Amino acid sequence: MNNEWPIWEIFIRSKNGLEHRHCGSLHAADAEMAIQNARDVYTRRQEGVSIWVVESKEITASNPSKNGEMFEPAADKVYRHPTFYDLPDEIKHM
Amino acid sequence: MENKTLSLDEQFQKRIDNGENIEAKDWMPEKYRKTHIRQISQHAHSEVVGMLPEGNWISRAPSLRRKVALLAKVQDEAGHGLYLYSAAETLGITRDQLMEQLNSGRAKYSSIFNYPTVSWADMGAVGWLVDGAAIINQVMLTKTSYGPYARAMVRICKEESFHQRQGYEIMLSLCNGTEAQKAMAQDALNRWWWPSMMMFGPRDEDSPNTEQSMKWKIKKKTNDELRQQFVDQTVPQAEILGLTIPDKDLKWNDERGHYDFGILDWEEFWNVVKGNGLMNEKRLKDRNAAWDEGAWVREAAYTYASKQAEKRAKKTA
Repeated sequence: MNNEWPIWEIFIRSKNGLEHRHCGSLHAADAEMAIQNARDVYTRRQEGVSIWVVESKEITASNPSKNGEMFEPAADKVYRHPTFYDLPDEIKHM
Repeated sequence: MENKTLSLDEQFQKRIDNGENIEAKDWMPEKYRKTHIRQISQHAHSEVVGMLPEGNWISRAPSLRRKVALLAKVQDEAGHGLYLYSAAETLGITRDQLMEQLNSGRAKYSSIFNYPTVSWADMGAVGWLVDGAAIINQVMLTKTSYGPYARAMVRICKEESFHQRQGYEIMLSLCNGTEAQKAMAQDALNRWWWPSMMMFGPRDEDSPNTEQSMKWKIKKKTNDELRQQFVDQTVPQAEILGLTIPDKDLKWNDERGHYDFGILDWEEFWNVVKGNGLMNEKRLKDRNAAWDEGAWVREAAYTYASKQAEKRAKKTA
């Protein structure tokens, strides 16, 4: 038997003004049911005002074994941070 | 400078020692993966089977207030089972496989749910003691090394604290009630105390997995440490209720700064683990019935969704 309902990733906006955040996953036969189930599972205590659902298989993720080449080049670029620049203490509002 | 290439296992251990979390797609030793599938799914099964002893009392709750609270608690447990199954599924096992392991009796769940809930006071004792013991374990697990498991635990702990409080409130009402009600509460404590103590698992010297689990930071405290914590925090709570914990060896040890307590009945412990508890058979029967009777819903929804998807595909073609 291979008719297991697909897995959906659930994103909840906790209140207007904030972004949707990933909160977990669940199984549902279709998108509508995924939203209904997400409402029952993830917003029982007023945790959200908006729900996004995405089928898990639609997400493309970066490969953790490539983390070195992906993310390490940023490590030696301290000049991208404001604290890299030496300014006298008297300078205000900068 | 030391010039040494670390093996994958050593690199992995180094990440753990540095306090890093492991995520689903990271390399991990096969045994780490398997241990987690086993532990997380046992935990999920416990949440799901744990609905049964309490579901038993929903229709007979003594007031609407008690009924909505118990319903909400049981609903939470279904949700907790779901969070945990999802965490297990990140390790490459499917929900259907997990359900099959539970329903066939091959997978274990917490033995505590193989004890019967025979009176309303049991809803108090279960919330107070069983959820109390579970919370101690779960708070520790919020710091566990596997990210998806730790995140599920954070969510569960947030929701779970009302469970214990509602249980203790039931005990408090009974203890402030008639003599018969207080006797009911004492009877429930007598029956649930030792099984709750057993929830932390075998003694450290009889727990062969503990060392590896500590090394991988799956667990951060041993079974005996957690059990001691449970005793120390629960004894004063029993005193406030005016109830007596059924252990004649229980007494404060000034030198250790902990309560000493009696020896657990390990024969009973292993007997229930092996499936000979009072309710093992009924719990599995009920789980299987729920799965089988829900089959038409799963199939109908699946078929409907497939047909809708086909229709949409035709329209856009």
